Amino acid sequence: MEIFDLSVAELQAKLRAKELSPVDALDALESRIAAVDPKVGAYLSRDLEAARVEAAQADVNLPLGGVPIGIKDVINVLGQPCTAASKILEPFRSPYNATVINKLRAAGAVPFGRLNMDEFAMGSSTENSAFHPTHNPWDLSRIPGGSSGGSAAAVAAREAFATLGSDTGGSIRQPAALCGCVGLKPTYGRVSRYGLIAFASSLDQIGPFARTTRDCGLLLNALSGRDPMDSTSLDQPVDDYTSLLGRDLKGVKLGIPKEYFVDGMDTQVRASVEAAIKQCESLGAELVEISLPHTEFAVGVYYIIATAEASANLARFDGVRYGHRADAPKDLLDHYKRTREEGFGSEVKRRIILGTYVLSSGYYDAYYLRAQKVRTLIRQDFTAAFEKCDALICPTSPDLAFKIGERTDDPLRMYLADIFTIAANLAGICGLSVPCGFGEKDGVKLPIGLQFLGKPFDEARLLQIADAYEQSTDWHKAAPAL
Amino acid sequence: MSSPELDVRYVANLARIDLSDAEITQFQSQLGRVLEYVEQLNQVDVSQVEPTAHANDVTNVFRVDEARHGLDKKAALQNAPRQVNGLVSVTKVIE
Repeated sequence: MEIFDLSVAELQAKLRAKELSPVDALDALESRIAAVDPKVGAYLSRDLEAARVEAAQADVNLPLGGVPIGIKDVINVLGQPCTAASKILEPFRSPYNATVINKLRAAGAVPFGRLNMDEFAMGSSTENSAFHPTHNPWDLSRIPGGSSGGSAAAVAAREAFATLGSDTGGSIRQPAALCGCVGLKPTYGRVSRYGLIAFASSLDQIGPFARTTRDCGLLLNALSGRDPMDSTSLDQPVDDYTSLLGRDLKGVKLGIPKEYFVDGMDTQVRASVEAAIKQCESLGAELVEISLPHTEFAVGVYYIIATAEASANLARFDGVRYGHRADAPKDLLDHYKRTREEGFGSEVKRRIILGTYVLSSGYYDAYYLRAQKVRTLIRQDFTAAFEKCDALICPTSPDLAFKIGERTDDPLRMYLADIFTIAANLAGICGLSVPCGFGEKDGVKLPIGLQFLGKPFDEARLLQIADAYEQSTDWHKAAPAL
Repeated sequence: MSSPELDVRYVANLARIDLSDAEITQFQSQLGRVLEYVEQLNQVDVSQVEPTAHANDVTNVFRVDEARHGLDKKAALQNAPRQVNGLVSVTKVIE
């Protein structure tokens, strides 16, 4: 087994036994990246020298001691680039650390590398990066999902042991599913957003990618907790998220939301997810059919609320305090308009226009306020569902990874790729995607993801359930041939 | 089909973004289809429903009001595209 094939837990064991040093782990990643990243394109940049200094000083007895962690290029690390894959932030260097970076370092981890994404986390394919697309490690002609496509592809391609991403409407879970790794979106308020470039502040949440559920639990242990710098982070007890792992599913009630098995979803995805549900039953879970009656409205609600919040959040990119500035503006209005025209890509502009429109005078009540009310109903659907079960089990994405370029001209079709992940963000609950099989397209194997959705702040249980399923299968052990 | 109400050129001005004529035409039709799609929300009876601004029922979160160090001047200025005498330079607003 190569060093880069190790899980975080396996790497830790070797670091603590002094069989490997943190610098060895970093070097193994660096040579793997040099070998495969020209094909995959997961990284935007990386600073090996700075990471080596940190690795050389790492205390391997800390919870994540000496483990390199790749970072989505939307989370600030002091002195490093943080472009959000946008030209408008191309010259930017972070003047401070995000809280999650301070927390990872306090746990001994070594943040390493900046991972590609859709510009400002807006997209489902990582094709909206202003710099280059990321390719799915299982089939380089296909997308890795998005927006955290670099974070997912790096873990799948063994270019990282674990990474951080952010999830506003599925941006961790959907790429995890399409790349065949585990991705966790924590409950809204579980992890501090301080230092995360804001897309939609009522929906954004930072979370981990890894090759096992246990590894995601190890990272969540380090990331969680109240932060005075983020008033939406809540003062809820931080569990040991690995404490329930290794149990079977006896006594666990899993709800099957009937609205998540729709006509038009890929038949291979359906077959794999249905087999996974049977597998959970054989591990002792009790299955209950439940209904989330407002599911069909989730995408519509999301694209009003998320774009409205984005139009406000992205107003700060004005070419004055940081980032790109248009040359020789003739006045301030020209300065703003050309700076933003030159700096933002198409999808970002499209969403700012939509968000500005739904908030504009005369349309606020019809769009934004109505969407916020339907959001209440979506949230109540989940509250009612969780009275009947401990977690929900369903597909992560209705499709296998699609071809690069296939949907770029059709934004609505692209938005519908998030149909099974968006509601969790609107409701603020936690969710996770774990590999549950493979489909086939054009003779190539493509990963399928199984999604578990859990009650707010019930990540320990969510991880227990996912781990029980994962450890009863071999899907998470498969690696792409690169 | 494009939404009769959405005037992309007007909204782009509100959002302070220059768009090319080609982009305006393209966005008008793409966003028209998105707005048509979200029309489905009108099927839902929301007359008795309170809006949700975000998922956690917390309001007015305060922290202790004490002075702390923020970014120093050098760090605060390091990303400014234009600066003069240790200050951010802004495009002229007064004739």
